[in-house]
Amino acid sequence: MTKRIAVITAGLSQPSSTRLLADRLVAAVQRRLVEKGVDVEFEVHELRDTAQDVTNNLLTGFANAKLDAVIQSVTTADGLIAVTPIFTTSYSGLFKSFIDVIDPQALADMPVLIGATGGSERHSLALDYAMRPLFTYLHANTVPTGVYAASSDWGNGADAATSSLPERIERAAGELAALVETSDRSSRIIDPFALPAGFSPVGGFGAQ
Amino acid sequence: MQFGIFTVSDVTTDPTNGTTPTEHERIKALVAIAKKAEEVGLDVFALGEHHNPPFVSSSPTTMLGYIAAQTEKLILSTSTTLITTNDPVKIAEDYAMLQHLADGRVDVMMGRGNTGPVYPWFGKDIRDGIELAIENYALLHRLWREDFVDWQGKFRTPLQGFQSTPRPLDGVPPFVWHGSIRSPEIAEQAAYYGDGFFANNIFWPKEHYMRLIGYYRQRFEHYGHGTAAQAIVGLGGQAFMAKNSQDAVDQFRPYFNEAPVYGHGPSLEDFTEQTPLTVGSPQQVIDKYASMREYFGDYQRQLFLMDHAGLPLKTVLEQLDILGEEVVPVLRKEFAVNRPADVPEGPTHAALVEAAAAKVEVSK
Repeated sequence: MTKRIAVITAGLSQPSSTRLLADRLVAAVQRRLVEKGVDVEFEVHELRDTAQDVTNNLLTGFANAKLDAVIQSVTTADGLIAVTPIFTTSYSGLFKSFIDVIDPQALADMPVLIGATGGSERHSLALDYAMRPLFTYLHANTVPTGVYAASSDWGNGADAATSSLPERIERAAGELAALVETSDRSSRIIDPFALPAGFSPVGGFGAQ
Repeated sequence: MQFGIFTVSDVTTDPTNGTTPTEHERIKALVAIAKKAEEVGLDVFALGEHHNPPFVSSSPTTMLGYIAAQTEKLILSTSTTLITTNDPVKIAEDYAMLQHLADGRVDVMMGRGNTGPVYPWFGKDIRDGIELAIENYALLHRLWREDFVDWQGKFRTPLQGFQSTPRPLDGVPPFVWHGSIRSPEIAEQAAYYGDGFFANNIFWPKEHYMRLIGYYRQRFEHYGHGTAAQAIVGLGGQAFMAKNSQDAVDQFRPYFNEAPVYGHGPSLEDFTEQTPLTVGSPQQVIDKYASMREYFGDYQRQLFLMDHAGLPLKTVLEQLDILGEEVVPVLRKEFAVNRPADVPEGPTHAALVEAAAAKVEVSK
């Protein structure tokens, strides 16, 4: 069965280096899965395209049809590639707002590859002090390698002592591909009216 | 089919002129609105319950009792009564008293309340919301049906041999609706008891409520109260009208744009497309609401929100004239067309008394 991976990219400019990183991650993950003989398709969502809809959802409490389609694509995927620019020490406001309008239970056990871009390599730890805890809170299954790309990484790389961007992309892609290969999330049937275990319409203790 | 209005009792500044009614003015306006509802031939006036500004309706039975004394036919209801933070014993007493004073023109809609701080103000925790709604209603249900109640639960002090007074009028408790926006537990509860289920329906797309009501209908049948089509369903709605539809849009837009719930968000055009809010000519409102039964099945009660977001009393009363004189009479006819004979009418005290007598007859 074909696996489905959702990609969210929160870059704001056109063209965006965040989208560029997302595309590189997609290509690497695809290669790994094809090697394993796994069919995969990607659904890429530029959050900029739903920025107004996300704000309206925050204000009204419901997603319009356009945003709902994106949320469904993300929450029912076998894996997620999430890439954001780092603004003022953390993920962008648009990225966080999008996460905020998703049901907090909906990303449980989702294989996630986190990526971020920034002007300086000094912000690379934002992946591990902001992005990673966010997905941990959501009970997602985030792969150990996060991929940060500073402006300098698109050239030779700033620091000869660390691994290059292509190497980091390959390592992270291998980790995500391994989890997606066994993920059955996209074939699960979700019952929106599932009652909590043990629920009784007359209550429990003493209410009979 | 019953038609009426429901209000949240907000005190909101009129964005077109910056004036804000006093609490006293708003309270008196609510009474005028209720009386107008009866005058223009509506069936139901439902009042919210809140314990925080900008809302004034903290004491619904006081106000509904006052309105009962000045009306003849209007059914007085709530939207909603807080089954979580109120003592179910006090609800049993207050609404039974109101039921007597109003000669049966009373029903109640249970709701949980979504304002976090209100719970601790009444010694409760919002995280227990569902559990409180389930347990408190289980007690209330017994208090209205059993003369002496022994009871022990998790949230309230135990009762031994307690009798709630006055006993319900003619031995028939007020009809109960359960209101919920998204919780299947509450739809399940309404279905279990064979009570009504009310979907607020005004802030979100109808598809969401269609699924929830579909679930309630299915469970109503499962619990043996009748077929799914016979379940008792109420819907909220929202409209603003003028003879010429562009005038309605122009008049309502400033209120929409500043409205506490959806202001500064989607455009009026997007919101009217996505939700049941209808701003336009009376005919547009008729068309929109006549189509509701196609989505939700034949139902029993349609309530409109007409008096929020700082709309002045004069405007609200004019809107009620249009609603009562031009819209509802047509909707009554539309809803009657091809309505199956076995689908119940909206609940009334007289019908409940008759049903109770029939039950006794069968069991003899």
